[in-house]
Amino acid sequence: MSQASTQAKTQFGYRRHPDQDRAGSQAAEHAVVVVGAGPVGLSLAIDLAQRGRRVVLLDDVDRIGEGSRAICFSKRSLEYWDRLGVGQRMVDKGVVWSVGKIFHGNSELYQFNLLPEAGHKRPAFINLQQFYAEAYLVDRVQQLPEISLRWCNKVVGLEPRNDGVAVQVATPDGPYRLHAQYVVACDGARSSLRQMVGAEFSGQVFEDQFLIADVKMTAEFPTERWFWFDPPFHAGRSALLHKQPDDVWRIDLQLSRFADPAVEKQPDNVRPRIARMLGHDKFEFEWISLYKFQCRRMERFIHGHVVFAGDAAHQVSPFGARGANSGLEDAENLAWKLDRVLCGTSPEALLQSYHIERSAAADENIRESTRSTDFMAPNSHQEARLRKAVLSLAGDTEFGKRMVNGGRLSVPSIYQTPLSTADTDDWSCGPPPGASMADAPLAFRDGQETFLTDAFISVGADFTLLGFAPEEEPEAVSAIRIGGEYGYLDPQALAASRYDAAAGTTYLLRPDGYVAARFKHPTPALIDAALARATALA
Amino acid sequence: MPLSTSSNFAKPDDAFRAVVEAHRGLSDEQSADLDAALVLILANHIGDIEVLREAIALAKRRVLDAQQQQQQQQQ
Repeated sequence: MSQASTQAKTQFGYRRHPDQDRAGSQAAEHAVVVVGAGPVGLSLAIDLAQRGRRVVLLDDVDRIGEGSRAICFSKRSLEYWDRLGVGQRMVDKGVVWSVGKIFHGNSELYQFNLLPEAGHKRPAFINLQQFYAEAYLVDRVQQLPEISLRWCNKVVGLEPRNDGVAVQVATPDGPYRLHAQYVVACDGARSSLRQMVGAEFSGQVFEDQFLIADVKMTAEFPTERWFWFDPPFHAGRSALLHKQPDDVWRIDLQLSRFADPAVEKQPDNVRPRIARMLGHDKFEFEWISLYKFQCRRMERFIHGHVVFAGDAAHQVSPFGARGANSGLEDAENLAWKLDRVLCGTSPEALLQSYHIERSAAADENIRESTRSTDFMAPNSHQEARLRKAVLSLAGDTEFGKRMVNGGRLSVPSIYQTPLSTADTDDWSCGPPPGASMADAPLAFRDGQETFLTDAFISVGADFTLLGFAPEEEPEAVSAIRIGGEYGYLDPQALAASRYDAAAGTTYLLRPDGYVAARFKHPTPALIDAALARATALA
Repeated sequence: MPLSTSSNFAKPDDAFRAVVEAHRGLSDEQSADLDAALVLILANHIGDIEVLREAIALAKRRVLDAQQQQQQQQQ
């Protein structure tokens, strides 16, 4: 059942680093130590390295975790990975999807399309086994000399220092110490660094158990997310079917809260359940696990000079693809801020906005995933009765369909943040301050097609002015110009309509692609003030 | 207060009667199912979360008051 074939690609060797030869009192000094080489830690390290920052990345083992973990990566995550130079590889390997179907019993209740409009570079979602995502990120890390990736380096102690943190690391060659200005803990839900700083991690524990099986088979099901309430093959409970690369299908079955995990995960017991679902038993198991889940987060994401990101900081139920995707949003939010604070171009207050923005996003993700879970596993007779009413109303009313909650899939939060400059003009649409930039198709002046997200990358993914037919050349920040004498073409006028733009309209984008401010009639003074605010200098 | 508690029906008895009659001949279980669906249908028709929250608070006060009275009588 283990993935021998994938293990080969994902096994790495421990190598002794010269830092380990230093005497205890002369520990090597580093600006950033990232702990945990999962999707979040790897992405963060790449982002920092691309900003010219040296990073030490430590992982306690020497291989990429096997088994079945995250599979759904969102449009937002793909756009981030495009900026990190790995997006295309993920999409090429992944299974692209945007349609979900919800069934009740034998019949289809409704379907939804998460990206109903054209003109975006990236799809709503891809499904990709987490170990592929990590392997591609490791390949990218290895192209970046700024990153020192050290396998089998387990952090066993943290001590605060006046100017940072002393990190105690255990290796196969024995322990050594590092000094870091900042440590970023991306070491997962069971974060040992979280315990080292003594932080609470409390929240709601769900009693219901779910069985995850990844099965290998050739099947003709479409590449859609299928979710059943009370299916004929699994009466009274819910089920999920989702395609992954390599003819692997993710199956998620709700079990009783009283089911015995040791018994339920026996392949001989799982096989008949899945066979009932698929109508045949021509499949092999890649992975079986039973899980319960929790929704919880740290009260503070920043403890002195130790910053927490991803599952280490917050945990959600899996329904909604809000785990890995929100961790990647943490990374893109943190990287540019940490870099500016380390450069001294922004004060530490900028880092506090990481906590403000991402803890609010964690609350939103927890709220959404808790609602989905409660809908799937009602807590009382009356909750079950209300759910029954919704499912039956969904058969013949639109509002009923929209109340059915089989998982609300991850979309980026809109930040309420001190970094934003409030709108003063009237806007009928377009991403408001605190929202992530919308993609749109553009063309170079020779007609060659491109996308706004690519244009953002080509100007360096730093603070960027997005200007529609701007009158004058902006200064101080890089710029994307659409229309006018030298700008990109907007052949379908989608960029203008998605940004509610007229001649002169200007958006100030942050390095993570979120909107900091927008103006219909920008002036250098307005833009300077917005930039100062977005960098915590005002 | 966006929730209207003044009398909105020209013939309030007709409205009350309509709900009562809907439950005639149903078991308690079926009645509860009917109410659940009815609440959701009406809530959607109102389409205003503040009105809904006020309605819930007004309804819930009765349940909590009754509970309190019961406890006081027992003391």
